[in-house]
Amino acid sequence: MQNQKLAKQLMKKSKTARYERFGHLLSLSALLLIMAVVLGIIIFIATKGLSTFFNDHISFKDFFTGVIWNPGTKTPGGQQAVGALPMIVGSFLVTILAAVVSTPFAIGTAVYMTEISPKRGAKILQPVTELLVGIPSVVYGFIGLSVVVPFVRHAFGGSGFGILSGTFVLFVMILPTIVSMTVDSLKAVPKYYRQASLALGATKWQTIWKVVLRAATPGILTAVVFGMARAFGEALAVQMVIGNAALMPHSLVSPASTLTSVLTAGMGNTVMGSLQNDALWSLALVLLIMSLLFNLLVHFIGRRGAFKK
Amino acid sequence: MLNPNNDSERFIYHFNPEENEITMQTKNLAVYYGKTMAMHNADIQFKKNTITALIGPSGSGKSTYLRSLNRMNDDVATVKGQILYQGVDINRPKIDVYEVRRRIGMVFQRPNPFAKSIYGNITFALERRGVHDKQTLDEVVEKTLKQAAVWDQVKDNLHKSALSLSGGQAQRVCIARALAVEPDVLLLDEPASALDPVSTQQLEQTLRELKKDYTIIIVTHNMQQAARLSDYTVFFNLGEAIEYNKTRKIFTRPKIKLTDDYVSGNFG
Repeated sequence: MQNQKLAKQLMKKSKTARYERFGHLLSLSALLLIMAVVLGIIIFIATKGLSTFFNDHISFKDFFTGVIWNPGTKTPGGQQAVGALPMIVGSFLVTILAAVVSTPFAIGTAVYMTEISPKRGAKILQPVTELLVGIPSVVYGFIGLSVVVPFVRHAFGGSGFGILSGTFVLFVMILPTIVSMTVDSLKAVPKYYRQASLALGATKWQTIWKVVLRAATPGILTAVVFGMARAFGEALAVQMVIGNAALMPHSLVSPASTLTSVLTAGMGNTVMGSLQNDALWSLALVLLIMSLLFNLLVHFIGRRGAFKK
Repeated sequence: MLNPNNDSERFIYHFNPEENEITMQTKNLAVYYGKTMAMHNADIQFKKNTITALIGPSGSGKSTYLRSLNRMNDDVATVKGQILYQGVDINRPKIDVYEVRRRIGMVFQRPNPFAKSIYGNITFALERRGVHDKQTLDEVVEKTLKQAAVWDQVKDNLHKSALSLSGGQAQRVCIARALAVEPDVLLLDEPASALDPVSTQQLEQTLRELKKDYTIIIVTHNMQQAARLSDYTVFFNLGEAIEYNKTRKIFTRPKIKLTDDYVSGNFG
């Protein structure tokens, strides 16, 4: 009798157990909603982007290797003018150049903040980098337009609009991303690594260069890839300084364009379902696939670089 | 020799410098973390080619003391007083700490090999000092790994990552790494506390062998280890060296009651 009563008590769902279940369902539904949204976006962009190739019968070859971008018209050769190569090249050029310029500065800053003067780093540099992240991209673009473009025009000739100006603007924009992630990865290098190196009579600089930075390399690479992803996706600021000419860039100071700048410039001027519109979606699809690739790269590096605890 | 000027009763053995070669010695050493004094009153001499164990409860200042001996406390603490290495005070601002640390090597509590090959771990410090001759490096790697008694286990895998080694092997590779720069003195901070009993035994055997060429100072929590391994023992308590004597005497006939309580397990 006693046992049956106890069993009944124990098997009855208590209030706390019901709460438990409620909380579980709540977080699960949030997750499902987000997944549905992401999936919806991907499917939407994919169907729209792919219809350029399947509904409008543009060949992949024309899209990815053509150099004339003027959807709706024909090239002198008789093909549809939807060559996206100039924008793809433009996007990659500004991204890679910005990363190349930013990385040394970012590593230098991060090393100072973590290894050389952590106190001053936390007091001055940390807020500065956080501030840089918070500045809206239109402000960066405005400064780029009124300072960088004239500077490039005077220093390197041309109109000032072009890849070089885009690089300079993006350099400042992605710097804080790379710095703060590099700082994190340097902080994750165990203290005993530094001690081991110092105890062997290595100098502080040798320790930083040969031990700390080596150990943090995967983290730093991840930081750079994140910075590149940001640069690749940045639209507004780049659009304001790059010149927006869908032409193959023949020098760093000739007007050019990126995938994002063409997208922002063109999206208000096309009709849903038209070739012009589809072609823009194809650019968006390329952007999406690139950011997916950046993410995969980050995962790949992260998995290989985890510290052995 | 009892020190009447101090409130705690202490006994510190002093060697006759005419008859014994003293490798290291500290005088009036005091270590401060910020304004708090972590340890003081440790006027200890370390005789050449002996093993000296530093024992004492946690927070007694023994590790702090050890880390002062090769200036590893530079960044975290203020160290006052004299640290004499072969008669030269190395606790002076003009001293090149990197040169000091080459002569006074250190092995840590946790095996801490770099994420490099075993070979790369051993040659790290030499390469930093500009030694790049392959033959020299090869010789050093073989010699030090043999000294650390781990050569037979790793000789076929010298270019494998040192992170793949077991704790005991990794710790002995770390010892080999410390020996590669040819120090005189080897400081070990609880080197066996992360190791299993078998690895510990092998490590102790290795240290006994190394005693012939090096002066060894070891911090240990394990009193049996101190008793088995060391020739001299210092007992620390509350930031002071309470008793320093031959290990046999410390463990059989300690002169201070506090030491007696600690080594016989009646402590706190």
